[in-house]
Amino acid sequence: MEFLRPATWDEALTLKAELPQAVPIAGGTDVMVELNFDRRRPPALLDLGGVAELGGWESDGAVVRLGASVPYTRIIEELSGPLPGLALAARTVGSPQIRNRGSVGGNLGAASPAGDSHPPLLAAGRGVQVEAASVRGTRLIPIDAFYLGVKRHALEPDELIRAVRIPVADGPQQFSKIGTRNAMVIAVCAFALALHPDDRTVGTGLGSAAPTPRRAVEAEEFLAGALAEGGLWESGGALDGAVARRFGELVAAAASPIDDVRGSAQYRRHALAVMARRTLAWCWAEYGERLERSAA
Amino acid sequence: MRIGFTANGRPVVADDVWEGESLLYVLRERLGLPGSKNACEQGECGSCTVYLDGSPVCSCLVAAGQVAGREVRTVEGLAGEDGLDPVQQAFLDAGAVQCGFCTPGLLVQTHALLERDPHPSDAGIREALSGNLCRCTGYEKIMDAVRLAAARRSTRTEVDG
Repeated sequence: MEFLRPATWDEALTLKAELPQAVPIAGGTDVMVELNFDRRRPPALLDLGGVAELGGWESDGAVVRLGASVPYTRIIEELSGPLPGLALAARTVGSPQIRNRGSVGGNLGAASPAGDSHPPLLAAGRGVQVEAASVRGTRLIPIDAFYLGVKRHALEPDELIRAVRIPVADGPQQFSKIGTRNAMVIAVCAFALALHPDDRTVGTGLGSAAPTPRRAVEAEEFLAGALAEGGLWESGGALDGAVARRFGELVAAAASPIDDVRGSAQYRRHALAVMARRTLAWCWAEYGERLERSAA
Repeated sequence: MRIGFTANGRPVVADDVWEGESLLYVLRERLGLPGSKNACEQGECGSCTVYLDGSPVCSCLVAAGQVAGREVRTVEGLAGEDGLDPVQQAFLDAGAVQCGFCTPGLLVQTHALLERDPHPSDAGIREALSGNLCRCTGYEKIMDAVRLAAARRSTRTEVDG
């Protein structure tokens, strides 16, 4: 095995082009487990720890460009305002030690259906894009098109993740996750919800509920329609219980879960409906408070 | 490969390091620093917690090559010339050590907690230590030890202060 330590992003791309089987490593919280347990013996590790720009983020006020290796701890501390859904999900990742190393770039590279970053990224709006780079150039992959299958993603073999571009939240966002305790939990299932008052849309993301993380498109359209129909975006008025129930049903229907050691398919569907209703109640309460504050 | 870094304030060099080797293995098997414990090798238990450039991390999940030129502080580096760190003394005094296997990780993680938050709430302590497992289940004594260490640190700071 080789250990490659590029000092710059250009050097990292060159090395990846020369040896596409090299496995990128940043925080190591996924890659090292596979090495420690002899599950993987790549020809090379490509250590991205020396590439400074991956470890930073920038924002123009409309979009956050989150460097691939920014650890979850910093997302919680620095980005809870502009990216509340992702920051909430980040709080549930592993333990403090894991959050000091793990990153969204790593979650995307691993592309596990259980990755905690995926649901809030899917919910955060249609503008979420993965910035994939190679010596051939940079392309922006819409988040919906990034996940291809269990632990499979849309990156070409010579590409590396430079950053994720995420629209700054324009409304309330929530994240909910089922697990056996509050720490060190791989999600039994997870759900993220985002309200987008600017364009009157709703964003959702389901985790551990299908071969890939996915949106519940019908549920999004149903809820956005119900909010528009009742004039609720303007009034912030009370949500009909029937709307919340139907939203939960449509979220559960969007899943194609399996029975496994962490939970049954039936339980996952049930839990998704419950989480969808709860996160909707939390988001809607926050939305109403915001309207009141801005009116006052 | 050869890896050089700083361990507990001293420059160290490890030779013949396999490229997929963890920092934990290098510390224990190549540098004679067996304080960090090897249990789960997947970041679940926290027994191998060390400081890497000032942040507590699971050393089993850091590739040795990634620490070249960086600073590592292990449980062996907590005690000063004037004796045990207050966190270590509090664990002894509170009886928070049963079999002792999880203790080094808990000491480093508690040390990091109190550096960041000198007066943590009980919820804050539980959250900070949520990635450190004690199979003897001595969590109440561990909570006592962290509270004691926090109280002593603040007294000491006031006296010094």
